[in-house]
Amino acid sequence: MFFYRKPKPWQGREADVTPRALYINRRQIMAAGGAAAVTGLVGCGGAETEASTSAATAASSTAAARQPAPASGGLQYAETGYSVPDPLTPIDAVTGYNNFYEFGVDKSDPARHAHEMSVDPWSIEVDGHAGRTGRFALEDVVDFGALEERIYRLRCVEAWSMVIPWIGVPLASVLQQFEPTADARYVAFETYLDRREMRGTRFPVLDWPYVEGLRMDEAMNELAFLAVGLYGDVLPNQNGAPVRLVVPWKYGYKSIKSITRISFVSQQPETAWNKAAPNEYGFYSNVNPNRAHPRWSQQTERVIGGNLFNRRETEMFNGYSEQVAHLYAGMDLIENH
Amino acid sequence: MAKRAVLRSFGRHWLKPLTFWLLALPGLWLGWQWAMLLNGQPHALGFNPIETTHRFLGDTALRILLISLAVTPFRDITRWLPIMKVRRRIGLAAFWYALLHVAAYLGLDLLIAANMSIAGMFAGLWEDIAKRIYITLGMAAFVGLIPLAITSFNAMVRWLGARRWQRLHWAIYPIAILAVLHHGFMEKGNQPMPWIHGGILALLLGYRLVRSARNRSRPSPAAS
Repeated sequence: MFFYRKPKPWQGREADVTPRALYINRRQIMAAGGAAAVTGLVGCGGAETEASTSAATAASSTAAARQPAPASGGLQYAETGYSVPDPLTPIDAVTGYNNFYEFGVDKSDPARHAHEMSVDPWSIEVDGHAGRTGRFALEDVVDFGALEERIYRLRCVEAWSMVIPWIGVPLASVLQQFEPTADARYVAFETYLDRREMRGTRFPVLDWPYVEGLRMDEAMNELAFLAVGLYGDVLPNQNGAPVRLVVPWKYGYKSIKSITRISFVSQQPETAWNKAAPNEYGFYSNVNPNRAHPRWSQQTERVIGGNLFNRRETEMFNGYSEQVAHLYAGMDLIENH
Repeated sequence: MAKRAVLRSFGRHWLKPLTFWLLALPGLWLGWQWAMLLNGQPHALGFNPIETTHRFLGDTALRILLISLAVTPFRDITRWLPIMKVRRRIGLAAFWYALLHVAAYLGLDLLIAANMSIAGMFAGLWEDIAKRIYITLGMAAFVGLIPLAITSFNAMVRWLGARRWQRLHWAIYPIAILAVLHHGFMEKGNQPMPWIHGGILALLLGYRLVRSARNRSRPSPAAS
């Protein structure tokens, strides 16, 4: 029956939540732990200590040059100025309330079923108008030694929003290493598809596999980001492990998850939701409070984890006008929604 | 023959109260979860309690409506007559959940979006009905349920007379179709649930078509 729901595996108890202060200070605590380890070495005494400490330092600096993708555990990353004043969405909401229809259409389905997807090892097929094409291991596409954190707003087309600390690399830095040619006017992305591992794909909710795309100048914009982690750790499968797009000025469905193919193309590529309902989902899909979805208004949004009885005013380009508005100068954004 | 007699009286005393409490259970559960939520306790409404509430009330109303349509076929198959005594009660419960569904939409969506202005809420309602096809369909279904709910009391049945009452309540068939379409047009993409609800409804309506065709083909139609 439908009236009783068993607590989901991801539904932690309130008491289990790490106190905010402790969470905020986690890096200091880690650093302190590291210092303690060094002190421990010093405790061993003698010249041997100095040697082993410097050996450790050398080892860690080479590792930082080109680190392999960690199977699990925390990521090392630099902090950046990309942030918003609003509070972060609690991690249990970020990882427990997802649209990833490949695992089911209920928001709690991805957290329940996405573990069935195998993400290690992972490779990405690169094709189209580029100097370097072929199949690349994830570690050769994303430089795990150059990770940074960006706190972005996420605005879903369903009129809810989150604030998420992503870990990853700028998309431009990834695309440039494939040396796209002048014919590469768009970049297309494709999500992994395995009907056994992704139970939601057994029903034609969408025309699988999920595909998305950006105009090249959009992809090269400073905000476009390729995430491999969130909240300091590797991406949970339900959030699009091991690598996903994050384009915060567009509705969430543009930020395609679990990418297995990147294609440099000359024509505007097809996109999954546009194919399903062209009048509702355009190619650009920029957040625009003035262009209502045919079935609901886009002027306000419900902040997940926020006050239930308050809605946030949705901003043009989700508040990122300064960085992206110039990309659309002279365009009718109602027509080109 | 003895078996028939047992079936005719089985459940005579407990069927009505049992049905009442079963039908009230989803509402009590939802109320309890909201009480937990508002008191900061762990609850089962997920990370978007308002969306959960809309879906829960809508699903409950539609499924109870489908159950009410399944009562007559169930009686025909099992010959368990007392079940007919709770059919109106089940249909009325579908109305109450639909009413809660509409109230939640007005109060938790439109009123908040309009910054608690009642005029703004009705302006939003009118805009939604005029512009958004799934709201239009859902509202039509709800408005259609109102006269059926009002005439669901014994006094009203007597006042209308069985024949007119039955003719009026025939409206439940188009209303059920509207409700399924409302669900289907609300979802993004091609989702399985509306097809499942629609398939069950098609079976229930198909059963009636076949039965009435069969009754008509008989020389002297049996009273039913």
